[in-house]
Amino acid sequence: MSMVVNSTINGDPIEFSCEPDETLMDALRNRVGLKGVKEGCGTGDCGACSIRLDGALVCSCLVLGAEAEGRKVDTVEGMSDGAQLHVLQTKFLEHAALQCGVCTPGFLIAAQALLEKNPTPSEEEIRYGLAGNLCRCTGYDKIVRAVQDAAKTMNKRSKSKKTTGRKK
Amino acid sequence: MLYESPQTTTEAVTLLAKAKGKVHVLAGGSDLLVRMKGGYIEPDVIVDIKRIKSMNAVKKTADGYLIGAAVSCAQLGDNAALVKAWPGVVEAANLIGSDQIQGRCTIVGNLCNASPAADSVPAMIAAGATAIVQGPRGERQVAVEKIAKSPGVTSLKKGEVVEAIQLPPKQKKSGDAYLRFTPRTEMDIAVVSAAVNLTLGPKGVITDARVALGAVAPKALLVKPAAKAIIGSTLDDDALDKLAAACAAACDPIDDKRGTVHFRTKVAQVLAKRAAKIAYQRAGGK
Amino acid sequence: MNAENKLPKQVFRSVGTRPVRPDGVDKVTGRARYGADYDMPGQLVGRILRSPHPHATIKKIDITKAEQLPGVKAVITSKDLPDLTNGDEDLLAILENCMARKKAYYDGHAVAAVAAVDANTAKAALKLIEVEYKIHKHVTDVDKAADPKAPVLRKDCITEGVSPAPTKASNIAAQSEFGHGDVAKGFKQADHIVERNFRTEQTHQGYIEPHACVASVSPDGTGEMWVCTQGHFVFRQQCAQLLGLDMAKLRVTSSEIGGGFGGKTHLWLEPVAMALSRKANLPVKLVMTREDVFRASGPTSATSIDVKIGIKNDGTITAGEATLRYASGPWKGSWAALGAMTAFACYDLKNVKTTGIEVLVNRPKTTAYRAPSAPMAAFAVESVIDELADKIDMDAVQVRIKNAAGEGTQSSYGPVYGPIGIGPTLEAAASHPHMSAPLKENQGRGMACGFWFNFGGQSCTHINIDIDGSVTLTVGTIDVGGARASLSLVVAEEFGIDYEQVKTVIGDTSTLGYNEMTDGSRGTFASSMSAIASVRKAIDEMISRAAIMWDIPAEDIEWRDGHAHATGKGHANLAPLSIADIAARAGKTGGPIAGHTELNADGAGVSFATHICDVEVDPETGLTRVIRYTVIQDAGKAVHPTYVEGQFQGGATQGIGWALNEEYVYGEDGRLQNPGFLDYRIPVCSDLPMIDTQILEIPNPNHPYGIRGVGETSIVPPLAAIGNAVSNAFGVRMTHVPMSPPRILDALEKAETETA
Repeated sequence: MSMVVNSTINGDPIEFSCEPDETLMDALRNRVGLKGVKEGCGTGDCGACSIRLDGALVCSCLVLGAEAEGRKVDTVEGMSDGAQLHVLQTKFLEHAALQCGVCTPGFLIAAQALLEKNPTPSEEEIRYGLAGNLCRCTGYDKIVRAVQDAAKTMNKRSKSKKTTGRKK
Repeated sequence: MLYESPQTTTEAVTLLAKAKGKVHVLAGGSDLLVRMKGGYIEPDVIVDIKRIKSMNAVKKTADGYLIGAAVSCAQLGDNAALVKAWPGVVEAANLIGSDQIQGRCTIVGNLCNASPAADSVPAMIAAGATAIVQGPRGERQVAVEKIAKSPGVTSLKKGEVVEAIQLPPKQKKSGDAYLRFTPRTEMDIAVVSAAVNLTLGPKGVITDARVALGAVAPKALLVKPAAKAIIGSTLDDDALDKLAAACAAACDPIDDKRGTVHFRTKVAQVLAKRAAKIAYQRAGGK
Repeated sequence: MNAENKLPKQVFRSVGTRPVRPDGVDKVTGRARYGADYDMPGQLVGRILRSPHPHATIKKIDITKAEQLPGVKAVITSKDLPDLTNGDEDLLAILENCMARKKAYYDGHAVAAVAAVDANTAKAALKLIEVEYKIHKHVTDVDKAADPKAPVLRKDCITEGVSPAPTKASNIAAQSEFGHGDVAKGFKQADHIVERNFRTEQTHQGYIEPHACVASVSPDGTGEMWVCTQGHFVFRQQCAQLLGLDMAKLRVTSSEIGGGFGGKTHLWLEPVAMALSRKANLPVKLVMTREDVFRASGPTSATSIDVKIGIKNDGTITAGEATLRYASGPWKGSWAALGAMTAFACYDLKNVKTTGIEVLVNRPKTTAYRAPSAPMAAFAVESVIDELADKIDMDAVQVRIKNAAGEGTQSSYGPVYGPIGIGPTLEAAASHPHMSAPLKENQGRGMACGFWFNFGGQSCTHINIDIDGSVTLTVGTIDVGGARASLSLVVAEEFGIDYEQVKTVIGDTSTLGYNEMTDGSRGTFASSMSAIASVRKAIDEMISRAAIMWDIPAEDIEWRDGHAHATGKGHANLAPLSIADIAARAGKTGGPIAGHTELNADGAGVSFATHICDVEVDPETGLTRVIRYTVIQDAGKAVHPTYVEGQFQGGATQGIGWALNEEYVYGEDGRLQNPGFLDYRIPVCSDLPMIDTQILEIPNPNHPYGIRGVGETSIVPPLAAIGNAVSNAFGVRMTHVPMSPPRILDALEKAETETA
């Protein structure tokens, strides 16, 4: 029997119904229409379906839709600020950090979680931080560079924000 | 299928005991949902324990650390005091899967999945951890090495759920370590693994030790002769060789897609030695 | 290739720059629609039932119970896909593979399918289908299958290409030979000969997006399909043939594609989706699970290769010979032939002979995987060349330089080369700082070369000039890694306008003429050649329109920098007309302005690469890590250098995964043991270093801009480069790929026992 689930998805209150054994990945894609959540494996091995659940980075294929009741869900669709792309999105484009692009939403979400936890990661920390996301096209080189560049830009911005703050 | 999310342990036990058909506990879901996806299991009832408050906490008590069944491995890594006390256990827990998996997986789930290759289990065995089991007949405490019986099979009875893991208090001059072998740096299952927990007496002599191996038998093993081989030593080369020999003798692995009998037996020795050296150093030995 | 066609050094304005791709924003915001991201009204969920047996006769299938389950709209078996192939052997192989007919030939072979209102109903219906099998002995190993005593998959399989033809059926489907000179004579001239057997295990392309399609077939004989594919025109043609539809009435749209690498050049489930839709009279979405992808799409061949090479003390290779056995799954392929053609293609040899043997096994049907068949052959040949270099105490790069093919060399597979890049990539490697960087304990450095043909083929493109002066290019090749950016650059270049003024789109099968599969690194090469021709036609048209607008002869008009310029006396007062100026008046000067081209893109320039690799090995566990990697490759003119680098890096990484850990593992029961990303170990981010690249630009004389294909060659050298690096670190010769930790540890132990 279907269940009714109430969640906050990308900042908005959303009600959806799903089967009790349906994954959150399937519910987001097929019930809510967020197709930026990609299925690469369905077993938590590729990271293409990465989302944030109450802020925690998770594979939505390993979460039941029912578990999202009362929780906050964030997907790639909610990443940009209106028409303003997130720095990570811009840097992925500038560095050609995507080829086929199907892993990209998952990488962006994972990279965002990584930079929130560690705003100045080393190359090794980026590589381990993104190890849950498979990319078969790029060899990861340009992805790592895009994240490095995004971190630099974000730190510069938050620094200048702080400076302006002090002036006030 | 029914999805239940009880608020208390008592409620969970009642649901588990009364459930008809195939009933499964959902903690992190990183094993359960994979098995459902593959069609290996088709639960009639799923009992999600993550809404049970008491199962979501790590508590420091006189008896050591009490880790709730729903605590994710990522949370363990964020607990500085726990990391300091049991670095080997936390490292093992943090080796399970990616950051994505870390946000969900639990050491209790890792234990109850009863895979011989579970990362956190050898470390918990070496640490002397106890599982707090709640069931229709009340609470019982079980040594973690007694939970798994064979691949996928546990000693838990109908209606029982592991509520928490009890780690003993950190002893002075003690240290633990866990190492596993995987062909990739991440996103892999242990081909073979080893955990060592030891305590030093005067002059760096090992007074107490526990050694456990993973993925070399149908379940993770507590290898007492391996511990005996290093107790009384300062972990000199001779003691390390004896440790390796005892580990080799305990190995009863299989050839499978992940490794061969020969490889597992050989690398179990290498990892046991390396883990012992790290544990020794952590205990303050030189 | 004609050497007289050598291009003058061209100066480019757009080509060679690195703008953001036109499809980029959609892909970073989750808006891009891939195979599984599209829905049709009323669509059903399809699911496929697969054989658990590697080799079995299907005695009976009972679908009654499944059909009776509420919510089930169609259940099909091979009966619903009658044989309409009319003697076309390749098409029949596709049909048999998509839905087993009399026999299931591998673990995962489709035997029936259902369409239902939701996933749970479809899943339940599969369980109600009763299949009665008669199980036969199976064989999954390439050498065992080639043995005359092996269980024979097909009683009618008589080896082709052997004279006289054998009288008995076997698993050897075909044999092919290439070469020239006299190898026996050549080996007599050699001072040293090395002869070895090499084995490589089966690998998968590992694209992250599983196969997916949505198909709709109506009772009126029309249909449409949305599908992730490398060639929607080919898919349409074959699906129409298999379903008995008029090709014109089936419209196929290629979705965004989440990786292909050759694996999406073939039909796996699309005819099944169409047959389900036809039976249910509703659209059907069919998506493979990851397990399905591994078990039942098209991985590459497992191989066993015997190589023999002779060399003189001065470094001259006197003869090269190889026998290459490639497993093709249960149907005949030409994979061994490709291996046999590429094996010695880097070298200028007087005496060379290769024999390709196609072997049938109870594994999924082999399909293309990036430079298909070349990496395995290169692994064998490049390993032996290193060993010979060692024997004569000559540097590995210098030996290769001495024997490298050049312009005018007769290749080992027949044609004579034009200007090619093997020599220059080797020279670049010799002087690359990577070559002389210090190594630490347990580290080794290796290098190897690789070759790929590159294809051209049938292409069709369309240019539309819009009234605001913006330009649409419609192509029929697909975009897996920035092709739309590259093609937009080419169009901007040819018009003399800005990149931002151009939009490149992939047309569906009803918007353009036939386009071949996007394979053989042909996408940018062939579609750009066609696009340039289309632009030139549009320019001619604009010149004639300008002539009308100005009322002067067209001969007095010249196209420059995106504008029509009036030349000659008396026209000095005429300000140049932009595309927008001309397009705005198009309605009054003859109607819309477009340019259209259909052509056979001949003259794809061959491609060569040299790779350098450092590894570090843990001698106690056999664990091997690549710690530094450099790709040097001839790209012809690099249109968008960042995406060229991306191709180099991605190909090298796939090669690294193949070399170290990726392999299909079959059990004694003939079932695939590791159909998932957990145990089929493709490299993760933390496994790798940065992949350095050096692009050489040796123009292809057969393309107006000198463009060559760049996508495939970079997967060819890594197997051998890593094998040579391990060898150089520990003095052991690795002959079995992947060089997984147990294999490396065994080799190290063996070497230790031998020296002790």
